[in-house]
Amino acid sequence: MADAKVIAPTVIIVGAGPAGVRAAARLVAAGLRPIVIDEGRMSGGQIYRRQPEGFRRPAAELYGFEAAKAEALHRDFDALGPKIEYRSESLAWNVYDGALHVLTGERSEALRYDALILATGATDRLVPLPGWTLPGTYSLGGAQIALKAQACAIGARPIFMGTGPLLYLVAYQYAKAGVRPAAVLDTSPYRRRIEALPLLAARPAMLAKGFYYSAILAARGVTMLTGVTPIAIEGDGQVASVVFQDGRGRLRRIEGDAVGLGYGLRSETQLADLARCDFAFDPVARQWLPVTDVDGRSTAKGVYIAGDGARILGADAAEVSGQLAACAALADLGRPAAAAEVGQLRRTLGRMERFRRGLEHGFAWPAHLAAGLADDVLVCRCEAITAGELRRAATELGAPEVNRAKAFSRVGMGRCQGRYCGLAGAEILAARLGVPVEQVGRLRGQAPVKPLPMTTEAVS
Amino acid sequence: MTGAIRAEGQFRRVAERTRAAVNLEVDGRAVAALEGDTLLTALLTNGARLRESEFGDGARAGFCLMGACQDCWVWTADGERLRACTTPVASGMRILTRGAPWPTQK
Repeated sequence: MADAKVIAPTVIIVGAGPAGVRAAARLVAAGLRPIVIDEGRMSGGQIYRRQPEGFRRPAAELYGFEAAKAEALHRDFDALGPKIEYRSESLAWNVYDGALHVLTGERSEALRYDALILATGATDRLVPLPGWTLPGTYSLGGAQIALKAQACAIGARPIFMGTGPLLYLVAYQYAKAGVRPAAVLDTSPYRRRIEALPLLAARPAMLAKGFYYSAILAARGVTMLTGVTPIAIEGDGQVASVVFQDGRGRLRRIEGDAVGLGYGLRSETQLADLARCDFAFDPVARQWLPVTDVDGRSTAKGVYIAGDGARILGADAAEVSGQLAACAALADLGRPAAAAEVGQLRRTLGRMERFRRGLEHGFAWPAHLAAGLADDVLVCRCEAITAGELRRAATELGAPEVNRAKAFSRVGMGRCQGRYCGLAGAEILAARLGVPVEQVGRLRGQAPVKPLPMTTEAVS
Repeated sequence: MTGAIRAEGQFRRVAERTRAAVNLEVDGRAVAALEGDTLLTALLTNGARLRESEFGDGARAGFCLMGACQDCWVWTADGERLRACTTPVASGMRILTRGAPWPTQK
């Protein structure tokens, strides 16, 4: 029989968070043995990140209401065992000519694929402000990781500032761990949340959890303000206070020894870019995102995108989209899944898309804060480049879009590769040029997507 | 400006305090950490900074804790660059936080 000689297709999944794990499990169910590339030491991604060996806190303490989901994900991944090829502590740093370049230790290998599923997740979306490089300032996600993965608080009296559901979740988790936040400062006005309720009602349980976190914080006497305008993080070599305008325009200062800062999330899309996927501007998120069909199929042949790396829909949606992307890959490899399964997954994802629109309305990215930054504020943390230098790239040097502005000012060229300055930088540039932000384009992904050791050795 | 260093460190342990001790050396000073700590945790439970910005704008103490921002690089005494937020501590590590040492001949 010729069938016996058919070589099984190679499917590579990048990421072992909820999307990557569910994609892997679905492929195994179809009889394939996918390769899973994970930057982490253990599966789970950031949201369901596991604590190191030797830590003893139970799942309920780490993941709260999501404990059952986290445990199921970890258990299901571990059960895959030898049915997958799992490469932990490995960085996928380039996609070129049908191969994924993967660094493990100091060795880099090019892995050819028939299908590539990118489940690369997200990082915090940031708006710079004076003092945001002071020791003691962390991204909100970072503040959560300190607690979850290291059983540490970022300070004894942290201030959480920004907007989005993570703001309240992290503050709640700190309070529950015995660290009372000095304040929770939300830039979104409360009325936006009310306006968003009809959309947020698409996921009643999620909505209820949001209210619960706020209620607990209020019951513990945590200062919670909405509609604030951040002015500065202050301190002499370390965080001492946050200065802001409250919703009524009064200047206020709150003392604290740490700040957790974040304005929602942004998708990690560099590998999709290097794989030559088309991107389109998403007006809901005000971000450029890879173009996919409902199942996560990108415009590049054999490349699929799942989870928050496609658009910010959260962990539950990531599990669904991971399965969908796996089904899409299987269909394209001539092994289609049952229509009923795919239909069910698509309907679930549709409900989550509605919720996403609600979140982006209720906790909107405050583009005006970035656009209005004073000229002397550091926009680029990596190389200490100011908003003024970026604006000069537009006006004096004539940069019409972000990549030219990057070449002139180096904003976006540092070692974070624009992850933390890119979105704010685009708003600053667009405002100075007087054009809509989509007109200044997006920072193109560059390989390596993260710095490689100088001693990297290529192996075949 | 480097400012005063908080005697008790930037980070506060809130649980998991009974792990085995790990001893390392940071800028020539003995630092006690716990097994399972990242280098970032070890340094920030003992102090308030991790590194100096190469661009003269002061000390840094990490930012994203998920290997994305690269703002927590430190060096070993042998000249190896480490990302503190993703590197577990190991006994006997010798860490430098004030820039790369001069290359040595091997």
